[in-house]
Amino acid sequence: MTTLTLAISGSGGAGAISTGELLLRLFAEVGGYGMLKKTFSPQIRGGESAAILRLGDAPVSTIPATIDLLVALDWQNFARFADEVPISASTLVLHTGTDVPPPGVTPDNLLTVDAPGIAAAADSGWLNMVFFGMLASGLGCTCAAAETLLRARLEKHDDAVLDAACRALQAGFAQALPDPLRELLATLPVPAATAPGQPQRWLASGNQMAALGALEAGVRFVAAYPITPASDLLEWLAHHIDHYGGHLVQAEDELAAINMVIGAGFGGVPAMTATSGPGMALMSEAMGLAVASETAAVVVDVMRGGPSTGIPTKSEQSDLNLALYGMHGDAPHIVLAAQSIADCHFTAAWAVHLATRLQTLVIVLSDQSLGQSIQVIDAPGSDCPRAAVNSSQEAEPYLRYRDTDSGVSPLALPGEPGHMYTADGLEHGENAIPSPRARDHRMQLDKRWRKLADWDFGGHWAELVGQVDQRPVILCMGSVTATALEAQAAMAAAGREVAVLSLRLLAPLPTKQLATLLASGTRLLVVEHNHGAQLWHYLRSLLPQLAFESLALPGPAAIQPRDIYTALEAANAT
Amino acid sequence: MPLKARDYKSGIKPIWCPGCGHYSVLNAITKAMAAREVASHNTAIVSGIGCSSRLPAYVSSYGFHGVHGRALPLAAGLKVARPDLEVVAVGGDGDGFSIGGNHFLHACRRNVNIVYIAMDNEVYGMTKGQASPTSPESWLDGKLTPHGTEMRAFQPCAIALASGAGFIARGYSGDPNGLAQLIFEAMAFPGFAFIHVLSQCVTFVPEQTAWKQRVHPVEGTPATAAEAAALIHADDGFGKGILYRNPRPVWPRMHPQAGGGEDPRAGFAL
Ligand SMILES: Cc1ncc(C[n+]2csc(CCOP(=O)(O)OP(=O)(O)O)c2C)c(N)n1
Ligand code: SF4
Ligand SMILES: [Mg+2]
Repeated sequence: MTTLTLAISGSGGAGAISTGELLLRLFAEVGGYGMLKKTFSPQIRGGESAAILRLGDAPVSTIPATIDLLVALDWQNFARFADEVPISASTLVLHTGTDVPPPGVTPDNLLTVDAPGIAAAADSGWLNMVFFGMLASGLGCTCAAAETLLRARLEKHDDAVLDAACRALQAGFAQALPDPLRELLATLPVPAATAPGQPQRWLASGNQMAALGALEAGVRFVAAYPITPASDLLEWLAHHIDHYGGHLVQAEDELAAINMVIGAGFGGVPAMTATSGPGMALMSEAMGLAVASETAAVVVDVMRGGPSTGIPTKSEQSDLNLALYGMHGDAPHIVLAAQSIADCHFTAAWAVHLATRLQTLVIVLSDQSLGQSIQVIDAPGSDCPRAAVNSSQEAEPYLRYRDTDSGVSPLALPGEPGHMYTADGLEHGENAIPSPRARDHRMQLDKRWRKLADWDFGGHWAELVGQVDQRPVILCMGSVTATALEAQAAMAAAGREVAVLSLRLLAPLPTKQLATLLASGTRLLVVEHNHGAQLWHYLRSLLPQLAFESLALPGPAAIQPRDIYTALEAANAT
Repeated sequence: MPLKARDYKSGIKPIWCPGCGHYSVLNAITKAMAAREVASHNTAIVSGIGCSSRLPAYVSSYGFHGVHGRALPLAAGLKVARPDLEVVAVGGDGDGFSIGGNHFLHACRRNVNIVYIAMDNEVYGMTKGQASPTSPESWLDGKLTPHGTEMRAFQPCAIALASGAGFIARGYSGDPNGLAQLIFEAMAFPGFAFIHVLSQCVTFVPEQTAWKQRVHPVEGTPATAAEAAALIHADDGFGKGILYRNPRPVWPRMHPQAGGGEDPRAGFAL
């Protein structure tokens, strides 16, 4: 596989992100692969942002630590994210020359491109489009295709604006490229058009895939309060839920959002909310209500750096403890983790299925990196799991919280004559009447636990890549999965086989399957993107017989494949 | 044969103290349901936590006894998802105006077509006698406020008006027939309909039995916010009747048809 990693950076409003998105789409449309990660500062305007793209001739699912090319639209505030866009001796850096790199940033290969002058000569101010044109030509794309994309993206603007942007693009495209740039871009082969019969390819983010998966599984009600990095998931839903005949409510806060979701779920309509750590913390009390009242509810947590406001625009996996333990009382529920951008679709759909089928709360953990990065993926099948609202048709007397063998009780929906009941967060007997009796409490606690513990979750509980037998195993979840797979590939190239086990079902933890599967592994390295080794502590507590090792690194910097194989090598030496 | 009010009772014995005002509210709700001939299985009564919030289980209908302060969002979610149902939220002054105060403001603004009956006894009954947002400033018996609340009492009807509620009424637990009439009207009203009920707590504020002498009917039914504001502000807080009625578009304003618009899958394809 040949890949090229480039970053486009600039101050807010310079158009770094949109240039990156256009380039990725252009390259993908002609058959290429790629992925784009966005990095923002928290400022709304005037803050810096960067698009980091990796383009390839085969599927790409990680962004490496080193970049081949940096296009600095300007250098304002660049220092603030220099960590995430590390310039090495081999990085080619293009800038406009109108300002200079900040102290400490001393690129060896710095080229000046008079983009403002080229734009001005074309009677345009769009210097980012000059670079887009140059990159498009260097990658072997046509100017017409680039222009079509640009026009589609700017369709809301008036013609004068659009034309000016296109003139800059054309001027950039017509430039003779400086040799180092031409040579660098030429290393990436022009992608071959995808052969017919191949799966359809999409360009999508994890947040979009989670939203689509939820809708395709049957979600018809969403209530939420905006929070980064879940807002774009909600914005996508807001624009597409109409197509499914559903409703999205922008609630006054997360307390309202989760209670609205529970109300809809009680009515038999599959419902979800999406949030991030601080919002899920606010939902904690009502999540316990969903458990106790046995009402289906799906909460998607797109994790960011915490605690408190933390690092709201950057990825971390530090809400695991909150998802597992963040409720008062004994509140068994389901926690899932999406494994990749594409898998956000399946995992969200599965969450909807399980929540409705088992009448309980399902938390889906995603993270900013999965949620907001966009990637060329194979289109997910629409044969995903579906909501299973199983209305009761059982003999009298109707007992809403009947102590069944499976633990799943008959659910009547409002509107059904003869089965009326009051759902309750107060402990209750089988007949739903509040009861503080020890017998009833014990029975209902057992029932709510049993329906999850005894459920056959099938093969979806994890994805195993490679073989465990007499090999080291990397255990992970979420966006770390792609990194682990890359580490695995790098180690394989060096003649060392390791297995990667990405966990999709975190609670109830499939301890039997894990114990059986992992028994023959030589090393069990738990890799996670947080400071407290939350996943490692959790696995250790439920599988004390296994010797888990930990690699836990907090955000905002992403874990790199080399962190993983260094950890495996280092401990190996001892 | 038309159902009687008592047919709308579930038969579960309330936990309330003898003489509690909430009994009358229960009676008034079942009377209004009988008068409207609602199908009880198409009705859902949603509450939070408090003595008053125990009410749903006592009505023969679907119900949801949720968490403290969140009856209004739960009811709104249910109604938006299931517009075919008659949804009534009930609860106390603490539930609705303190812990749930923010939801009250936004429920008035949002205007989902539900009825909200707040049983105001100016005290936290269930937790045994602390001051509530509506307790008079001078009330010295609140268990956490021995010097009085030293705060202005919350004005539910004025705040409902300012927040955009289209139907605002006040009832009294000592007048269950009058209250049943208000609930009947509220159920018929298209939009968020708020009924502030003076519902005495005989256990922690026994002096509320004197409300009997203070309540009085209000004159007329204002149909403009300005008239309603004048009436509500001039009133001593004991005026019974409809204080404002002025329907406006309910939320959601449209119910999209499944299958309409572009297929979301198309937008991702390369
Ligand atoms: C989150 C939370 N905080 C506190 C409580 C304790 N609590 C239960 S009922 C109540 C006050 C109820 O007062 P009100 O709503 O006026 O109802 P009343 O009992 O007076 O009818 C409180 C504070 C609770 N159940 N949940
Ligand atoms: S404590 Fe007051 S509000 Fe509660 S049941 Fe008794 S009288 Fe009614
Ligand atoms: Mg009260």
